[in-house]
Amino acid sequence: MTSIAAEGRRTRPNALSRAWAFVLRHVLTVYSLLFFLYLMLPIAVVIVFSFNHPAGRFNYTWRGFTWDNWLNWNAVPGIQSAITLSLEIALFASIVATALGTLIALALVRYGFRGRGTTNLIIFLPLSTPEIVLGASLATLFLHSASYGLSIPFGFWTILIAHIMFCISFAVVTVKARLIGFDRHLEEAAMDLGANEWTTFVKVTLPLIAPAILAALLLCFAISVDDFVVTYFNAGNQVTFPIFVWGAARVATPPQINVIGTAIFGIAVTLMLVNVFIQNRRAKQG
Amino acid sequence: MGLGFLHRHRGSTPYLLLAPGMLFLVVFFLVPLGFLAYQSLESGSIDFGYAFTWAWDNYSSAISGYGTQFKRSFVYAGIATAIALLVSYPVAYWIAFRGGRWKNLLLLCIVAPFFVTYLIRTLAWQTILSDNGLVVRTLGSLHLLGVLGQDGHILATGTAVVAGITYNFLPFMALPLYVSLEQIDHTLIEAAEDLYASKLTAFFRVTFPLSLPGVVAGTLLTFIPAAGDFINAQLLGSTTNHMIGNVINSKYNELIDYPAAAAMSFILMAIILALVLIYARAVGSEKLTG
Repeated sequence: MTSIAAEGRRTRPNALSRAWAFVLRHVLTVYSLLFFLYLMLPIAVVIVFSFNHPAGRFNYTWRGFTWDNWLNWNAVPGIQSAITLSLEIALFASIVATALGTLIALALVRYGFRGRGTTNLIIFLPLSTPEIVLGASLATLFLHSASYGLSIPFGFWTILIAHIMFCISFAVVTVKARLIGFDRHLEEAAMDLGANEWTTFVKVTLPLIAPAILAALLLCFAISVDDFVVTYFNAGNQVTFPIFVWGAARVATPPQINVIGTAIFGIAVTLMLVNVFIQNRRAKQG
Repeated sequence: MGLGFLHRHRGSTPYLLLAPGMLFLVVFFLVPLGFLAYQSLESGSIDFGYAFTWAWDNYSSAISGYGTQFKRSFVYAGIATAIALLVSYPVAYWIAFRGGRWKNLLLLCIVAPFFVTYLIRTLAWQTILSDNGLVVRTLGSLHLLGVLGQDGHILATGTAVVAGITYNFLPFMALPLYVSLEQIDHTLIEAAEDLYASKLTAFFRVTFPLSLPGVVAGTLLTFIPAAGDFINAQLLGSTTNHMIGNVINSKYNELIDYPAAAAMSFILMAIILALVLIYARAVGSEKLTG
């Protein structure tokens, strides 16, 4: 590129770059809004069809508005126990996985030790393994457990173990991200003022990384409630909510499925909006 | 990241912190992979049980019997990943560079749809893509139905499966793209423009290369789960659109042919690993670790 050509471009922008600037200014905005419409389209369908009054067993065509599905959300046999099981698993799995993940994150960010690379690899691997392989391999372990005199029947505990397993890595990644940008001087100040390591951890470190721990908890909870594949391989005859939906999809889709889907969506979005609101207020104050 | 500032305890503190979580992952993630490998070399039947016999033919018969499904998995996953990248890059760019104080809210909009259970979301696509739905009618009036659909349908075709996969893994693409675009130092782009680069040149010579870590992370995070997926093919496709995930699922959970399912799982992982390594070489391996 000669300097003369470049000079010309500087003083009189050519048509191409002006078109590009226009694209960036307006078309991009319109496109992005269309993208969000596309993202919301299936969700709108889920919400709208939760008020449908379907004629047959399948809830695919609009027949008319009704509140019945919301009033009788648990009228379908098995749906309530499936939701209860999903929530129980998600609660325990997210607490245990976040606790274990936070400890790993602390070790990884705070300490230099032998075996760091291996540790990072073992954390990274479950995230990059297809779910079906995670599910099949864990189920194989449980299947073989009997021949080692350690019979673990498929059910609540195998589902819980599976969920903790695939949540740990997400918890580590979430907490680690926060710990890396952490101001060590605050802890040093506490130590200088005579606090021992434990007091410093409880009074200084923990409150500062609390938002990350909360984020990890919510993320693990969301992933756990939503999981189908790994659960399906390890559930035995237990039915979580996604397994209930899977079974229903073959024979009938009661609109109550949409009611629960809408409710989970509503709760999650409300929690996230509150979080965004708090962050924005903090940003303004801080 | 420099490790100089880290406390170099000689003691066992880091190992004590690691122990419970790592032990859990070793016992319930690494050891099971070993069991799966062991099982992939077993032979026998449901009735008489399976025994370890170094049955390597599980691998060869998986490839010869289900080569189509393997190939289809990677083709579908590849197309879906490419579409997801093209579709979400402009949006990630828009949020990162023009989002202003709305950034957090816009990110929430990207993540929010994915709080509706995966299976319910996919069932909603069944409704949208059904024969009397909006998509089929629009494509029909544009005379595109013959190109994208089959006999006037979209549902139960490869198009529907790819559309479902694309949609279901979008945040895995959009969020890493956003993170890398958001970290770009705007003064670098200004510098390029001061040095007489047009906006277009500045984008392709500065912005895009700097966003490559996000592109790499996004494509991997989308491609890997997409290649192993079976839900979209099950709910949106027909048996002629089945992917290797469907085969593994039916072998393991319905036909109780554990050795075949185990062998296929390992082939799936091996191909993914090989593709990731080729990809890493192509874009530069340092981009992978970011």
